[in-house]
Amino acid sequence: MKLPDVITRARPLFESLVTILIGLIAGALLMIPFGYDPLKAYPALFKGAFGSLSDIMETLAFATPLMLTAVTFAVGVKTGLFNIGAEGQMYLGAIGATAIAGLIPLPPGLHLAVATLFAMLLGALWALPPALLKIWRGVHEVISTIMFNWIATHLSMYIAIYYLAEPGRAERTVPALPSARYPILMEGSTLTAVILVALAFCVGVYIYLWGTKAGYELRLVGENPEAARYAGVDHRRALVLSFAIGGLAAGLAGASQIIGRPPTWSLYATLGNVTTLGFDGIGVALIGRNHPIGGVFAAILYGALQHGGRYMEYHAGVSSELVRAINGLIVIALAVPEVWAIISRRLKR
Amino acid sequence: MKFLSRLSGERGFWIIIVLILIALAVLGIEKAGLKPISLLEAALLAMTPLALTAVGECINEKAGVINIGLEGILLITAAVGVWGAELFGNGITGLLVGMVTGAFIGFLFGLVSVYGRADQVVAGMGINIFALGFVPYLLMAIWAFPGIHMFRRELMVRPMYTFFGRLSPVTAAAIVFTILAHILLHKTVLGFRIRAAGEKPEAADVAGVRIDRIRILTSTIGGALCGLGGAFLPLAWFGGVTKEMAAGRGFIALACVVFAGLEPLLALAAAFIFGFTEGFGYSVAITPGVKEVIPFYFVNMIPYITTLLVVTLFIGRRRFPAASGQPYSRE
Repeated sequence: MKLPDVITRARPLFESLVTILIGLIAGALLMIPFGYDPLKAYPALFKGAFGSLSDIMETLAFATPLMLTAVTFAVGVKTGLFNIGAEGQMYLGAIGATAIAGLIPLPPGLHLAVATLFAMLLGALWALPPALLKIWRGVHEVISTIMFNWIATHLSMYIAIYYLAEPGRAERTVPALPSARYPILMEGSTLTAVILVALAFCVGVYIYLWGTKAGYELRLVGENPEAARYAGVDHRRALVLSFAIGGLAAGLAGASQIIGRPPTWSLYATLGNVTTLGFDGIGVALIGRNHPIGGVFAAILYGALQHGGRYMEYHAGVSSELVRAINGLIVIALAVPEVWAIISRRLKR
Repeated sequence: MKFLSRLSGERGFWIIIVLILIALAVLGIEKAGLKPISLLEAALLAMTPLALTAVGECINEKAGVINIGLEGILLITAAVGVWGAELFGNGITGLLVGMVTGAFIGFLFGLVSVYGRADQVVAGMGINIFALGFVPYLLMAIWAFPGIHMFRRELMVRPMYTFFGRLSPVTAAAIVFTILAHILLHKTVLGFRIRAAGEKPEAADVAGVRIDRIRILTSTIGGALCGLGGAFLPLAWFGGVTKEMAAGRGFIALACVVFAGLEPLLALAAAFIFGFTEGFGYSVAITPGVKEVIPFYFVNMIPYITTLLVVTLFIGRRRFPAASGQPYSRE
């Protein structure tokens, strides 16, 4: 195979890797004016992300919620939607998980299952109004999901402070009871068995989308609405399903930070331990080419940046928030098809 | 009179109804013991960033460019505006720094949309995500404090004292810009070309209009107005900058644009309606007897619920430029 052939076949992977590179270079350019040294920061970042086995576990712990919120966005794209409501749906999931896991004692095993399912259900319920508004009134999901995100922010803070607060500790909610905690997979890391549930969910969505009739209809509505109409596909049902699956994923992502993430096992009253996971998922989904399985790998990569970012903050003084800025730059780069046209022209010459 | 005939359309009718309701509400509030002047002041403050952002985006979308990254531009220019104000020791200069920063981001977005043929919705979302990380990074890098920065009171842009209460000069500027945008779009050759670029780029191109330059220009104007709105938030309103400062205003402004059907004057009216409900929330929240009963979290939801209600009830058969969001290039 000649080089151009390889590029054509592996183009999605190649594109993602090149845009990540572009993002990292742009991130370095953002460090220099503020007196940071990228040559010190980036090695620290990569050492922090993959330096030891426990670091790799930690990276996976960071990746867990991201692969789920990425599914929310990716399923939306597959149905022709720009669903950016994962953030709010995830908050509701976190609230649901906290309420069941912290307040209602149930037998071990059952408790975990009920808390997880309730969180997913709340996430899906929060995703339904934008779906219905779109179907009934043609309200664009970009506006409706963002508004529901902000309503969810204030609603979740209210519930967390008024109903779920730990007595004597205003800054966070009651911690999950031990019977509702996912087992830690390796001592010294925060990775729990919730990652297995997350992976199963991603694979499940993949099988649903590419292996079932309903999933095929969902994708058809996204790819070719005209054809879908001719084939007699009910596009309203497809939209509701798409939002609902996204909500389930986001709800699970929220739960994963409460009942699947030591050491707090609870929600901060500021929502600080879950904020931006939903928006990060948009970038992760795009890097993963809006594919549930691609999203898993992209989430691991982004999780590595996030975990390594903490190490970078500690050793090079660069705020770990820069990683999120880099994510945004990667998204912009991925939006520009001309970049690939230029690169492949250069390589063919 | 052309504007009056446009106002008599269905959308204008609803706007007039809502404005009358607001006037009645103000009168009722006076009876209830609230100060209508302070309510109007709060409403105009909340209106200003929405109006600036929405009017800029109206011009931009008329030319066929959709920028959903306004939220991110508001956030970035809020932080950069404060930085500029501290650097030059002057709030007005801070506003200009915010405006120039917004124009620069809009210019880059224009380049990416026109020459990069980008998916504008994805690129716009990229700006939002970038801002979510860049602003906290900037707060740490410049002021070494996480998430929030309060600046000296002297840097605040002072309001003007008018016969009906305090009025920020930026609010006055926003109203002037709105009228200028209306004149630009409907009375000038450039405005005609802008509309042609959004409606029938092929025809405009044949007629010798440089679609690429028009779209980059409108994207830059949109960014500049949005940047002024962003710098307004800390420098003429809140007195500090936080990493959640924009609080969905970029998207509420998008709702204004959609609601107004891309007409700047209607966008200003829509921004006033949204600003009024936000200001109404603040006024009610601090009223004795109410603040004990209704948690502040619910008052905070008012702007978002209003936006949802308005887009649900009033947006029916709106029409957008035929080529909106589509990259254009000669075949």
